[in-house]
Amino acid sequence: MNAVVTASGLSKRYKNAIALDSVSFDIQPGRIVGLIGPNGAGKTTALKAMLGLTDFQGHLSVLGLDPRTQRDKLMEQVCFIADVAVLPRWIRVREAVDFVANVHPRFNRAKCEAFLARTKLTPDQRVRQMSKGMIVQLHLALVMAIDAKILVLDEPTLGLDILYRKQFYQSLLEEYFDDNKTIIVTTHQVEEIEHILTDLMFIRDGKIVLDTDMDAVGQRFAEVMVNAEMAATARQMHPLDERQVFGKSIFLFDGVDHARLRALGEIRRPSVSDLFVATMKGTYA
Amino acid sequence: MKTLYWLIKREFWEHRGGFFWAPAITVAAFLLIAIMSLTVGEVMGHHAGMFPWDGHIKGFQPGDMSLEQLQQAGTVLDASICFSAIVVLAVMAIVVFFYCLGSLYDDRRDRSILFWESLPISNWKTILSKVLSATVVAPVIATVIGVLFGLLLLVLGLFTAMFHGFNAWHFLIAAHPIQVTVEIIALIPLYALCALPTIGWLMLCSAWSRSMPFLWALVIPLASNLIVWWLDLIGLLNLNARWYLQHVTARLLFALRPANWLQFSSQVQFDHVTTLDLLNLMGNYSALASPELWAGVAAGIVMLAGAIWLRRWRTET
Repeated sequence: MNAVVTASGLSKRYKNAIALDSVSFDIQPGRIVGLIGPNGAGKTTALKAMLGLTDFQGHLSVLGLDPRTQRDKLMEQVCFIADVAVLPRWIRVREAVDFVANVHPRFNRAKCEAFLARTKLTPDQRVRQMSKGMIVQLHLALVMAIDAKILVLDEPTLGLDILYRKQFYQSLLEEYFDDNKTIIVTTHQVEEIEHILTDLMFIRDGKIVLDTDMDAVGQRFAEVMVNAEMAATARQMHPLDERQVFGKSIFLFDGVDHARLRALGEIRRPSVSDLFVATMKGTYA
Repeated sequence: MKTLYWLIKREFWEHRGGFFWAPAITVAAFLLIAIMSLTVGEVMGHHAGMFPWDGHIKGFQPGDMSLEQLQQAGTVLDASICFSAIVVLAVMAIVVFFYCLGSLYDDRRDRSILFWESLPISNWKTILSKVLSATVVAPVIATVIGVLFGLLLLVLGLFTAMFHGFNAWHFLIAAHPIQVTVEIIALIPLYALCALPTIGWLMLCSAWSRSMPFLWALVIPLASNLIVWWLDLIGLLNLNARWYLQHVTARLLFALRPANWLQFSSQVQFDHVTTLDLLNLMGNYSALASPELWAGVAAGIVMLAGAIWLRRWRTET
């Protein structure tokens, strides 16, 4: 299948900083891609470029369209939730549903109302009377009722409590996501999404430092728990990272043969957060 | 068309308070004041012995009124409708001034622009819906409320007259409430055209500024006026500062005022001007012959185009 997003040599320069430095990547349909990076790494800029909200240099095509010039057409197929609390504070639930239903050609009103029926939201409630979690429920109900090809989520669960966060991703997975849809998500709460991601992209200082699917992560990276006496041997094998737990050392290896590592100790697949921390070492130093 | 309709509806939802309640409350306050002053008048008249309670005014027979007096009374009644409409339109002008200033700025400040931009709506449609709200929706609501207010005042006045033994029908026949209403409504398109320079300027500032659009909108015309005046004073530029004030600064800032077309229309000056003469559509619409009016419209459209362009790339404050 054709990639839904293709970027090559994508660059964006602000007055005093480079946000994206000649980045290239492809995103295939039916994937859930985690775009992960430290603050200021260029994640939001990359998303904004895909959504036609910012100008850029280089080539970028989303669903075969140029986001800069064909934005109106593109937005029929692309939805996004940028952060929580971007819904206008004056709007009522009823008005929001009415409005989107009448301006979006791919909106399914019955679906939206079914989602809302499962929340505590009432039609006359205004956004300013809602908690952050309720605002996200409303936004999610609106977005999930739109039959779009791409859903972009920029820190969608920031500031929500754990109940809302779990519910958010669960709804997305169970009732929204399918083979025809692609979800691109940025977040700092990596642990919560790592089991739902199919692809992983690390971004640092405007460059993509890792672009892989989750199956490959297990083959390429390995975490080994090594006893003190073997630590020196392990260090010679150029680990990415080393940390100490209960008198043992945990080493993170990239691309070292698993058979060789097994000799050192117990192997397991590293978590995305450990991988992230190891990759981003020294970012803020 | 459907999108545009819903966009305008959206503007109304958001600004119901300014577009509807502000005029309505103004009217209610004025009505209250009118009723209170009428009561005071009656009571004081009664104390002075002018109005005995049977109603008739001492020393004055209603039948005494001449035709001319009756006509004057009719003009006064017509004028009261106009006056009411102007009061309400003045309130609306203030509301619309701040509406335009906030129209492309407030949603950037509270970041709700990210929600609106996630919908497949062209920027020009969004901005057109806001311009139509300022030029059509708000003036129509204000005019209707203003005229209703005028008619209520009229009824109030007639009741008082009847109480004092006048024949209310005589007055009503001398007045032209329906014609006045129709003509006030028919002047809205002219008003909208003449208001465009201010609307365009305020929306341009609203789309452009990263903070305090109000200050920018005010400072730029005033400062430029000052510079023109200074250049004129030192003889570098032969541009009259007073001309500039009247034709640039004032039109950028104050073109939302009621009856904003008067400076362009060639009103004939009668000795005996009735309200109907002032409202005469031909006389007022003769403003359309003025190239200055069209220069303003063109400037307004250019500024709105600028606002559309800015809106495309400015999603943050």
